[in-house]
Amino acid sequence: MTTGVRRRMWTVLPLCAAGAVAAVVIAPTVGSTSISLTRAFDTSIPWADNVDAQIFFVARLPRVLAAAVVGATLAASGVVLQALLRNPLATPFTLGVSAGAALGAMIVIAAGLDVGALGVSTVPMASFAGSMGATAIVYWLARSQRRGLSTNVLLLAGVTLNAFFSALIMFVQYLADFTQSFRTLRWLMGDLDVGSYGPLVAAAPFVLLSFAVFAVLPRTLNLLTLGSDVAAARGVDVARAERLAFVSASLATGAAVSLAGPIGFIGIVVPHLVRLLVGADHRVVLPASAFFGAAFLIGCDLVSRTALAPLELPVGIVTAMIGGPFFLWQLVRHS
Amino acid sequence: MRQPRPSRRLVMAGLLACLAGTAVAGWSQPVATSGGGGAQNAPRRIISLVPALTEMLFAIGAGPQVVAVSSYDTYPAEAATRPRVGALLDPDVERVLSLTPDLVAIYGSQSDLRRQLERAAIPVYEYRHAALPDILLTIRDLGRVTGHAAGAEAVAAGIERDLAAVRARVGTRTPLRTVLVFGREPNALRNIYASGGLGFLHDMLVAAGGVNVFADLKQQSVQATTELLLTRAPDVILEVREGPAYSSAQVTQAVADWSRLASVPAVKNGRVHVVSGAGLVVPGPRVAGAVARLARALHPGAFTP
Repeated sequence: MTTGVRRRMWTVLPLCAAGAVAAVVIAPTVGSTSISLTRAFDTSIPWADNVDAQIFFVARLPRVLAAAVVGATLAASGVVLQALLRNPLATPFTLGVSAGAALGAMIVIAAGLDVGALGVSTVPMASFAGSMGATAIVYWLARSQRRGLSTNVLLLAGVTLNAFFSALIMFVQYLADFTQSFRTLRWLMGDLDVGSYGPLVAAAPFVLLSFAVFAVLPRTLNLLTLGSDVAAARGVDVARAERLAFVSASLATGAAVSLAGPIGFIGIVVPHLVRLLVGADHRVVLPASAFFGAAFLIGCDLVSRTALAPLELPVGIVTAMIGGPFFLWQLVRHS
Repeated sequence: MRQPRPSRRLVMAGLLACLAGTAVAGWSQPVATSGGGGAQNAPRRIISLVPALTEMLFAIGAGPQVVAVSSYDTYPAEAATRPRVGALLDPDVERVLSLTPDLVAIYGSQSDLRRQLERAAIPVYEYRHAALPDILLTIRDLGRVTGHAAGAEAVAAGIERDLAAVRARVGTRTPLRTVLVFGREPNALRNIYASGGLGFLHDMLVAAGGVNVFADLKQQSVQATTELLLTRAPDVILEVREGPAYSSAQVTQAVADWSRLASVPAVKNGRVHVVSGAGLVVPGPRVAGAVARLARALHPGAFTP
């Protein structure tokens, strides 16, 4: 490990972590209404009478935490997939994961099967199942090649599956009742107002598992970006590494999408911005992107909560408004 | 196959029909009838693509003239026996034309359908959901257009009488600050949709003796976050569920979902009510019954003898 990278790890990462923590701490204090923090944390006031505490702990904190989890997950998955596919335009949604998730959610909403079960609505469960289904199909298609996973097949299968699922989504929407169509449309805009800690707890095991895998990936990703032959020559079990990267990124994305819907641009804007700031080494880029993604989505959600207050601006629209122009600027700058 | 040739005469006829159509259409400019037609000129083959209008047509006695309805029509039972010709987003123009209607009731946003019907010289009755008084206007207007003015007057007067009866009971009660919720995710406080300060749901709430906590938000529906609900602190949460009536277990579950918002007075004082059933959010002849149900939930004391 070069001293430069080591130094950056010790300077950049604590800074990014501090930024993310600061966002988590500050964001719940700001909102469409002003609350008194002393009252919110005053345990002598009975819970049922403490409006400030409820706004803080019931309305704001779960959604700030959801924004942190979803932002970190989508940004980190974006880094992993861009390295895996050796394609800077890859996003967590490139390989059909979000389309699968959306299809699962659409079917449940449109068929009126959205009953509650175990305190969690069936919509996130179905969307997670959909994302895993899409992952399995893409994985199976890419694996049927002779030597490990073929990233070309992976990319083509993912993009094709995305288009196919999008068509199925339109079909389901067309068959759906009018009010349900609106709900499905709203789901696609992304929504972090999770309403309780239940959905967070449900998504946590999958997110944690994925991040545990992300933790061992960076060195391998560095070698993979140089090409699979180079990586193999340096002793990387390429097939196994690609499998791990693909499955963990898909699992994380599926969990994030089931939590908040497909929130776009995080997985592409954040990694690129981080690479601009700290270079391309994945030992820095991957954790820094996770922290930065968390802070970024918390910020976007803050805009969505306050811009049209007391009404809500769907968060997917905010990330697109920021992400779209940023991405085009990047494209022009590099061409 | 009868394919009209685009001759100059036809264009003229189309234009005239277009003008007549505008005259017939819409409660916003209620006119007696197009061309002063009485009962003998009344349309005999009506197609309704709006469930609320279908209900009105059957209620005022124009049911026998209705030859087709929209794919969402379920009430009254007789309407459900008519052929279905699509709905708001997917009207089946070919089927509509093949049924040779002499009046088609459509929703205001169906401008493509309107153009096609006008090209075929078929009169159009255009309608948009609006406020509570507009329901009565539309019923009377439909009565004039279809030759059932007396029937329409009876229905409208009945609704006015029923609304007045509700007002007489709840008028003396202190209006309750209420949020009228008409949709959310099951078992969760996500994607909560409530009535804003416009439209018939808002009017129904006010008529039932409530004060809409979202009256200042001038739109028909509001996506309410938990923060917004905690801030507005309604005295009553009124959940209206259109569709099959809830079982008592479902009602208990729906009420329990709100317990997370413990500081909201409605939750604290056990004033979360679920009103479920058919015809609650249809701006048609059943509206007075729906208002009465909301009023009973809001002011149960006003209805006990």
